[in-house]
Amino acid sequence: MNNIFILRKDIDPWIKRMAEERTVFAPVHEGDAVVYRACDSGLRVELDTMPTTSPKEIVFPQNETLLTYTRGSGNEDGSVGVETTETLPSGKAVIFGTRPCGARGLLIFDQVYNNERIRDAYYAARRENTLTITIACNRPRPTCFCNSVGGAPDDSKGSDIMLYPLDDGFVAEALTSGGEELLALAPSSPAGEKAVKAKAKAGQAIETMGSPMDLSEVRKKFDLCFTDLAFWEKHSGKCLSCGICTYLCPTCYCFNITDEGSEEKGKRLRSWDNCMSFNFTAEASGHNPRSAKAMRLRNRIGHKFVYYPELHEDRLACCGCGRCITACPSSVDIRNIVKAVQEYSHE
Amino acid sequence: MSNNNQLLPQMATVIEIVNETANIKTFRIRLNDKAAMNSLTFKPGQVGQLSLFGIGESTFVINSSPTRMEYLQFSILKVGEVTQKLHQLKVGDQIGVRAPLGNAFPCEKMKGKDILFIGGGIGMAPLRTLLVYMLDNRDDYGKITLLYGGRSPGDMAFQEDLHEWTSRKDMETVLTIDNPFEGWDFEVGLIPNILLDMAPSPENCVAVTCGPPIMIKFTINALKKLSFPDEAILTTLERRMKCGVGLCGRCNIGEKYVCVDGPVFTWAELKLLPSEL
Ligand SMILES: Cc1cc2nc3c(=O)[nH]c(=O)nc-3n(C[C@H](O)[C@H](O)[C@H](O)COP(=O)(O)OP(=O)(O)OC[C@H]3O[C@@H](n4cnc5c(N)ncnc54)[C@H](O)[C@@H]3O)c2cc1C
Ligand code: SF4
Ligand code: SF4
Ligand code: FES
Repeated sequence: MNNIFILRKDIDPWIKRMAEERTVFAPVHEGDAVVYRACDSGLRVELDTMPTTSPKEIVFPQNETLLTYTRGSGNEDGSVGVETTETLPSGKAVIFGTRPCGARGLLIFDQVYNNERIRDAYYAARRENTLTITIACNRPRPTCFCNSVGGAPDDSKGSDIMLYPLDDGFVAEALTSGGEELLALAPSSPAGEKAVKAKAKAGQAIETMGSPMDLSEVRKKFDLCFTDLAFWEKHSGKCLSCGICTYLCPTCYCFNITDEGSEEKGKRLRSWDNCMSFNFTAEASGHNPRSAKAMRLRNRIGHKFVYYPELHEDRLACCGCGRCITACPSSVDIRNIVKAVQEYSHE
Repeated sequence: MSNNNQLLPQMATVIEIVNETANIKTFRIRLNDKAAMNSLTFKPGQVGQLSLFGIGESTFVINSSPTRMEYLQFSILKVGEVTQKLHQLKVGDQIGVRAPLGNAFPCEKMKGKDILFIGGGIGMAPLRTLLVYMLDNRDDYGKITLLYGGRSPGDMAFQEDLHEWTSRKDMETVLTIDNPFEGWDFEVGLIPNILLDMAPSPENCVAVTCGPPIMIKFTINALKKLSFPDEAILTTLERRMKCGVGLCGRCNIGEKYVCVDGPVFTWAELKLLPSEL
């Protein structure tokens, strides 16, 4: 497909034009964080820092209404009924300026929320109407390890448009027909030899990263160390069960369902939940199959590196973005834990 | 399910309530949408999510049999927020239902076999659906035996059924309570011990057990002592649930989701899973 060149100053008019038809979610500074917000111009958009939050919230919001209910609407036979109304989202969106790991995170979500087995109506309504514009990473961070989990700083998988940064602008390439339509809205010039230069730069970024971790034994070793609670206690000792790692993670997809309102009128919500919390699996009887944080951390690692791959053609449920590492208040580093599993030996 | 949004409940009406014990009530419900009720099918062992709007949803096994579709029956032990509120329902009240969910007992594969049911407390609920189904298809199955235990006579749910089952000639029913009680003419003793005394033959027999986790554990030990093969021991698992459709990530044991791959498992399957019960 043709490559074009977009000047940095032309990002603003481009976003303005896209925003006429779609909600454009792009990274902006808020306090110390860079978060995705609906933008109708490009003025505040941050293009050079990896966003603090992940793009999952655009297709899987932190809170969303599943239905509303009202009691008291009459039934046919005159008795008091409850009426429920489905609240499916509508409208088109663009995720602007995710990194390749964020786009990969959405692919990991798709395997669970929209596949042959099940189509989550709410997720699908957003996801199928959202296009993804990804910026290749020229300067991976020390906590990035996408190259260990199947990704790369210039990986285009899951993106509709790839933007390859240069000092004065971006070489842009559309990868899908949706991407082509969006790209047609951008003020641009032919990329010429800039294309080769920008892609080469993005391609070299991987060389600035640590060498990929060897994860070849993780699944086998996980079985071995599963019942070694001392191993898991050692690695979860510092953990506060705060859940920041799960909320910021582009691939953590667990949720809770709760009702808000009275018994007369209200709504049923779905909200992000946190598998690191005691309450996640606590049963009414008092029994809790994951009562200790060692067991919960074990499940988080197991889910991403063992269980999910088992169900989804060996793909991992971690995109190597490193958010859980930079944000953890206790400096828990998932790389160290996975490495310890890989190197686990009996006694 | 009739709609393609798995998280959206259908509305139903409570048509009958049975007080089983001090803390167990049975609810019979019908979907308000008559066409949906008429086309509803399920298999013994499948569950439903019952919801009270403004309170929440909880998981219960459908303990009526698909051979009798006048209503769906759920028996509910009062333990927490949702179950407390469910116990306050009256006939005519409205309730949300998402059903059927989960896997089921392998009724077809069990044809021609002797069936041994071992239930404790509210764990009788998932056994009831299968037992009634088999009694309604009596010729398909061999000898049917039920061992059902409760703490005391007052804790024995399904009195209506017990009357019928104890008087039937085509099944054997053994009832037991933990401690002697005046006027109790049946067995006294813990379920696993009574089971060992009964010493059923594992020959061409499938054992189906459900109850509190500790009872399941000792019952399986007893079945192993009696030489039941792992594949011939079926049980249903409980896990905290929310979505019931394999999304919310709550009910997993390793890569299995109790809400989708369960609640019915053979002991052979359970032994392969990570030990996280
Ligand atoms: C497959 C399956 C079948 C079941 N069948 C029956 C049955 O036939 N009869 C019966 O009385 N009980 C059954 N249970 C247990 C029943 O679901 C819980 O007792 C009930 O959810 C407790 O809800 P609560 O709001 O009263 O308790 P709370 O402690 O207030 O629970 C809050 C929420 O946690 C969840 N929760 C808590 N404990 C459990 C649990 N053990 N299992 C699932 N979710 C839980 C529910 O979403 C509940 O709404 C079954 C559970 C499972 C998993
Ligand atoms: S962010 Fe760190 S402390 Fe918080 S739950 Fe995750 S690992 Fe534990
Ligand atoms: S587990 Fe950590 S590194 Fe992996 S995708 Fe989630 S936040 Fe990123
Ligand atoms: S209850 Fe949500 S995954 Fe099983």
